[in-house]
Amino acid sequence: MGEEAIAFEDAMKRLESIVETLGEGNLSLEDSLKMFEEGMELCTFCNKKLDEAEYKVEKLMERKGGEISVEEFKTKTEE
Amino acid sequence: MDKHRKSITLTDFLHLKKDNEEKKEKGRRDKERFGVESESGIERIEEEKEEEIEEKERLHIYAVHEVTKYIRQKLDRDAVLRDVYVKGEISNLRQPTSGHLYFTLKDEHSELRCVMFREKNRKLKFIPVDGTSVIARGHISVYEKQGKYQLYVDDIQEEGIGALYRAFEQLKKKLKEEGLFDAAYKKPIPFFPRRIGVITSSTGAAIRDILNITKRRFSHVHILLVPVAVQGEEAAPQIVDAIRLMNRVNAEQMNIDVLVVGRGGGSIEELWAFNEEAVARAIFSSGIPVISAVGHETDFTIADFVADRRAATPSEAAELAVPDKREIENNLYSLKLRMQQNTFKAIEYHRKQLEGIERNILFRTPMEKINQYRQTVDEIKRDMHAEISHLVALHKKSLQALTGKLDALSPLAIIERGYSICSRLPEGEIVRSVKDISVGDALKILLSDGEAVSEVKEKKEK
Repeated sequence: MGEEAIAFEDAMKRLESIVETLGEGNLSLEDSLKMFEEGMELCTFCNKKLDEAEYKVEKLMERKGGEISVEEFKTKTEE
Repeated sequence: MDKHRKSITLTDFLHLKKDNEEKKEKGRRDKERFGVESESGIERIEEEKEEEIEEKERLHIYAVHEVTKYIRQKLDRDAVLRDVYVKGEISNLRQPTSGHLYFTLKDEHSELRCVMFREKNRKLKFIPVDGTSVIARGHISVYEKQGKYQLYVDDIQEEGIGALYRAFEQLKKKLKEEGLFDAAYKKPIPFFPRRIGVITSSTGAAIRDILNITKRRFSHVHILLVPVAVQGEEAAPQIVDAIRLMNRVNAEQMNIDVLVVGRGGGSIEELWAFNEEAVARAIFSSGIPVISAVGHETDFTIADFVADRRAATPSEAAELAVPDKREIENNLYSLKLRMQQNTFKAIEYHRKQLEGIERNILFRTPMEKINQYRQTVDEIKRDMHAEISHLVALHKKSLQALTGKLDALSPLAIIERGYSICSRLPEGEIVRSVKDISVGDALKILLSDGEAVSEVKEKKEK
């Protein structure tokens, strides 16, 4: 599993737990605000992850001798 | 007759044989016995069994049904005939109103009568016709009424498919016993993959479906395709190599979060590569989680059992592999909203607490405290005054009482009431008794308003 995938999933999970904890209302104001701040950062992070990068389809092949080659893959519908 | 058949055993046959031989009379009785449909006949056979057992070596004549029954039981107990696959061409196929299928399986050398009962043939995926080469599975037994042995068919596969089907079942059983399908080995499919490895044909419907769906759901995943043949001899080894290549790339170059291995629908032969043991083992040993996506809903392959997740179709595999971006965004938005609401609530809660504390603080400023003390001091002063006045009054009263008492006890007061005090001179001793004085003594008499000196002229005791 890629690190980024973990990061995003963890961020979502952390965000969920923050929402829960804040909802319980047992925190000091300072901790609540800290959590809120963290939550907002997580939102920004997740949104950024959702929007960044582009759609890419590549073809992976192994050449003779074990060399790995990656090249663009075009489907008929795209051509 | 049926009742007899159910109960008669081989030992019984031996006894019956004797019966027939021994006595004409008995033989006649036996005829009756088997002619009558009652259980009493069996009971009698049972009774006679023991006494006649030593005669079993002698030659006997069987009734037709006895022999048939005996043969049937022999066949029924045969380990091979109990579950056989028989290959042949269907002929003489007929299906009466009963719904049962009757046909003959034949090859160039021989024929085999077959029956497939309605409840079995209802499940057939194809309708057999004369001339079809098939593999029938079932058990061989005897139809006693006609004394004919036949194959009681449980399932029919078109030839080729039948063999594949059997291989499928065998491999499935073997791998299952090895634990390759165990849930414990199933790796979770990541929720948010960035890079998806796809192993399928570069020209098939599968890759088209996968690309369409991933693009629609999540327009920025990185798809890495390893094109392979998905049918024919080359397919299995190519798929195995592709899985290895993906895992190598994952370890050496870039993370691959999930693999989709599959192809579109096809006949069982076309899907066969996904039933190969090598493919199953490659999927099992892949470090990257694998989603299998072979054929249609109803197609199950070995790859499906061993994969970490089975998708019914390549399209579903794409849906399993990538989350819907809009769904995540909605989820994220609602989380954000809830977080804001919860934080606002937390702030409000603390604000209220603060207000409560503020009220308390105002109540306890220094001036307020001094006033408090001042008032207390006043109160104490007032109390003290009252207390002291009270005490003084109390003491005054008791002092007066005491003074009164003292006055009453004073000798002067007594003198005032008319008494006098007499003391003998010159010592001035108080005279208490007539014995204290003698005639001629000088006495001082103390009166309330003065004193006098007198002389004792005489004395007289009482």
